[in-house]
Amino acid sequence: MTDVAKKVDTVTLTIDGIEVTAEKGELVIRVAERMGIAIPRFCDHPLLAPAGACRQCLVDIEGQRKPVASCTQTVAEGMVVKTQLTSEVAAKAQGGVMELLLANHPLDCPTCDKGGECPLQNQAMTNGRADSRFKEHKREYEKPIHISSQVLLDRERCILCQRCTRFSEEIAGDKFIDLMDRSSGEQINVYRDDFFGGRGTGDGQAGEGEGDVPFNSYFSGNTIQICPVGALTGEQYRFRARPFDLVSTPTTCEHCASGCSMRADHRRGKVLRRLAGDDPAVNEEWNCDKGRWGFQYQTSSERILNPLVRDADSGELREASWSEALLAAAEGLTAARGNGGVGVLAGGRLTVEDAYAYAKFARLALGTNDIDFRARPLSAEEADFLAATVAGVSDVTYTDVENAPSAVIAGLEPEEESGILFLRLRKGHLRKKLQVTAVAPYLTRGFDKMGAALIPTVPGDEARVLAEDPAVAAALSAPGALLLVGERLATVPGALSAAAALAARTGARLAWVPRRAGDRGAIDAGCLPNLLPGGRPVGDPAARAEISLAWDTDAGALPSRPGRDTNQIVAAAAAGQLGGLLVAGVDPADLADPRLAEQALDAAGFVVSLELRHSAVTRRANVVLPVAPAAEKSGTYLNWEGRLRSFDTVLKTTAMTDGRVLEAVAALMDVPSNHPTAAQNPTKGILLGTGDVMAIRRELGTMPPSRADRPVAPAVAPAALPATGEHEAVLATWHHAIDQSTLLEGDDVLAGTARPPVARIGSELAAALGVIDGDAVTVGTDRGAITLPAEVTRDLPARVVWLPTNSPGSTVGRSLGVTAGAVVRLSAGKAGPLLASSEVTA
Amino acid sequence: MGTFTGSFKGFGVTFAHMFRKVITTDYPFTPPTPAPRYHGRHILNRHPDGLEKCIGCELCAWACPADAIYVEGANNTDEQRFSPGERYAGIYQINYARCIFCGLCIEACPTRSLTMSNEYELARDNRQDLIFTKKELLAPLLPGMEQPPHPMRLGDTDKDYYVGALENPGTSVGAERAPWATNEAEDATGQASKEAV
Repeated sequence: MTDVAKKVDTVTLTIDGIEVTAEKGELVIRVAERMGIAIPRFCDHPLLAPAGACRQCLVDIEGQRKPVASCTQTVAEGMVVKTQLTSEVAAKAQGGVMELLLANHPLDCPTCDKGGECPLQNQAMTNGRADSRFKEHKREYEKPIHISSQVLLDRERCILCQRCTRFSEEIAGDKFIDLMDRSSGEQINVYRDDFFGGRGTGDGQAGEGEGDVPFNSYFSGNTIQICPVGALTGEQYRFRARPFDLVSTPTTCEHCASGCSMRADHRRGKVLRRLAGDDPAVNEEWNCDKGRWGFQYQTSSERILNPLVRDADSGELREASWSEALLAAAEGLTAARGNGGVGVLAGGRLTVEDAYAYAKFARLALGTNDIDFRARPLSAEEADFLAATVAGVSDVTYTDVENAPSAVIAGLEPEEESGILFLRLRKGHLRKKLQVTAVAPYLTRGFDKMGAALIPTVPGDEARVLAEDPAVAAALSAPGALLLVGERLATVPGALSAAAALAARTGARLAWVPRRAGDRGAIDAGCLPNLLPGGRPVGDPAARAEISLAWDTDAGALPSRPGRDTNQIVAAAAAGQLGGLLVAGVDPADLADPRLAEQALDAAGFVVSLELRHSAVTRRANVVLPVAPAAEKSGTYLNWEGRLRSFDTVLKTTAMTDGRVLEAVAALMDVPSNHPTAAQNPTKGILLGTGDVMAIRRELGTMPPSRADRPVAPAVAPAALPATGEHEAVLATWHHAIDQSTLLEGDDVLAGTARPPVARIGSELAAALGVIDGDAVTVGTDRGAITLPAEVTRDLPARVVWLPTNSPGSTVGRSLGVTAGAVVRLSAGKAGPLLASSEVTA
Repeated sequence: MGTFTGSFKGFGVTFAHMFRKVITTDYPFTPPTPAPRYHGRHILNRHPDGLEKCIGCELCAWACPADAIYVEGANNTDEQRFSPGERYAGIYQINYARCIFCGLCIEACPTRSLTMSNEYELARDNRQDLIFTKKELLAPLLPGMEQPPHPMRLGDTDKDYYVGALENPGTSVGAERAPWATNEAEDATGQASKEAV
């Protein structure tokens, strides 16, 4: 509220004869816009710095010799502005600019992807001449050229407004495209060898020559969206539809925990493109390429459309009717429940409503707390940390990030793991006073772009740094300082304990930033072995009583012992102690030990998989039940802020939500025999009530806030760093934003903009191994090896090697069987026959 | 008036018609030829080398008041070229259960690809057959034409095709006419059919 009440200096000016009061420093074009006077413009964008590049917004200002660009002119006291509506001079100037812009603009509109939603087309119709006086030959360029595998540049159409270059420089920090050449040859281009007379292929395709730098930014799609003409277009949407074919639905991105609002455009039952939505509180008007283009998995031919049941005779999966499959699942789970119990792996891709359905299903139908959403390396300490400091808390917002004086980031690489958070951090740094301190092994490009100070940290040492490093404490001492921790800190013993203690000690606010869209919601929905919905501790009888009241069951019906986490469920299943597994969208390759996870799926007596597409889980499942992808259901994601991001169905299909499928399974299951009401109520069927998203929202909405005590934060002591011998190093690893993620499978065009996988080593280690940039380096463990080109990286501590977690040629979990902080062997060159063979078997 | 003379007067009208020219058409044995600009079924024309004139721009679909046209654009490549320029119609359908033959689509067509023939025999016994695709709509290959995909033969760029199209009307000559227009049969409206287009 202080912002609103703050007194601002104002000036009074006249626009088109109307007196108006505006904030000092405001631009004339914005003030006019607020009054409802539309001045045509191309280069002007409210989130970019003023440029005055296109000259379309010329207005007549009294006392000025020539018309002035209203997008760069700030208001002044007593200024008299006349727009094209009241001034002949302004109208003539704008008409002249439009004529010049069109002089070299090709008559491409019928084939141009922008046709029908093109600001140039629209404004040429409203403000332009009816006929052309230009009879000469128009300027020609080769068209279009690929400036990345995803983005196409047509220089003929470009009007040099520089929105794209300004976005790339100011917002994303990836200055891959720029203005080149001069005069009538001035053009937007990428840094290409052949353009500068080098040894390029000369065919105009960037990335072919040795020194070519393609437009591989994670945010390149935004330039396509803000291009006011059809100069930048996307390969994926190329010629697919016209604006009038499309039905637009506001939705939310399902990829990461940033929670971007989006617009999904579909035609004839198929989503054709997605655009960044306008939500100033979250993603402003931007999104990342993964969110924009990573939706092909929904239409993949591998989608499971009918339930599958493992045939008793052949042992193969076969298609079955819903009634048969539901019955098989219910009977199998009932039997497994009595035979060792069933573990639930919920995964991080669920909406809040679906996660709640899993949490309720585990407690009521399976009678267990063996449920965990974490499909990644994890620890028991993390579960305690989440219960103590994350569940039900929404303390830090994007606005806080932007306005914070300083932020310490640990266990998180914002550009790779939460793109929009990265953009906000960068905005805070460039436009406000944010100072970022990174607790990381090296200064990544993302950290570099936000001017972060690095505290070089060997993976596993974060706990000590957070607890002891004076620089961290000093950075957090300013009021409003933020401590942002990522999910990767879970694998460092004591790190999350140290983070919570540090926040308490310094008064800094703490935010936990997970990677997947459903992670945060799953905590609050109760998909943890130690938490019931609403952040209620399982061990607290009062909390259980609140839930049993809400679920209309007897107190004592809910299992009271904290359950097993993902690792323990997998270990128990692999040891044959579990009767069954219920698995949602989980890829075993993401777990700490993929091989053990697959053994667990094999050894578990009965596996039910709720999936979109065939996966390592469905291949081993006894019953596979297809569920709806995000576009075909409504739901809510909780982003890392703890902000609800509800979305509606984009495509109306017959696909069912996880909650609806679980409700149908539960309805066919017996009440557990240890249930107090089992004796009086021998009838079949458990009422879950999760079939309808609105019903779940009502149920969650009417649940009173918990009065149970919040558990205290864990206090785990840091572990000593492992010793590294000669030719050994500590492994650092995290995911690239665009990698071999299940949701990006088969998206070759998008994969083309991924960062090349490299093994990063420090200069000392490189010298010891005798490698330079580009030489092959092999990182090995007893299980297998990964060979990647080396990149000698500044700041990287001496005995550390970094690998991308799940990129082509570098699947750390599957090939090495270890996680960050483990000691790995290093050698120059390719793996020997011994290691190579073990990689094949892995 | 007596009954007798009254009958004569009535039959007289009938009798007089026996000497007038018959306006009944002997369809389907001698089908009438419609006026030259009659709005019949559509044709997707070709350039003289056989490439399609249609660029898949969907302006016809946009103009269509009956929502009868469905187009999906696709990308021409050097290996697979169906039309000059970057874009061609991957899918082109006209649903004759919906078409009202208003001709707004041909007015909208920027490449003069879509024109209308004089063919009116469009009755089908099921709805599916009323959806005409590129297979039915594309003009037949005339001598000297080559079945796409093939490279551009008339010039290096698409502009050579579009500029040349002013002198070279392509294959709409002939193809616009229904098969019977070349028949000798002529009737009251037939005298103009030879000078059409």
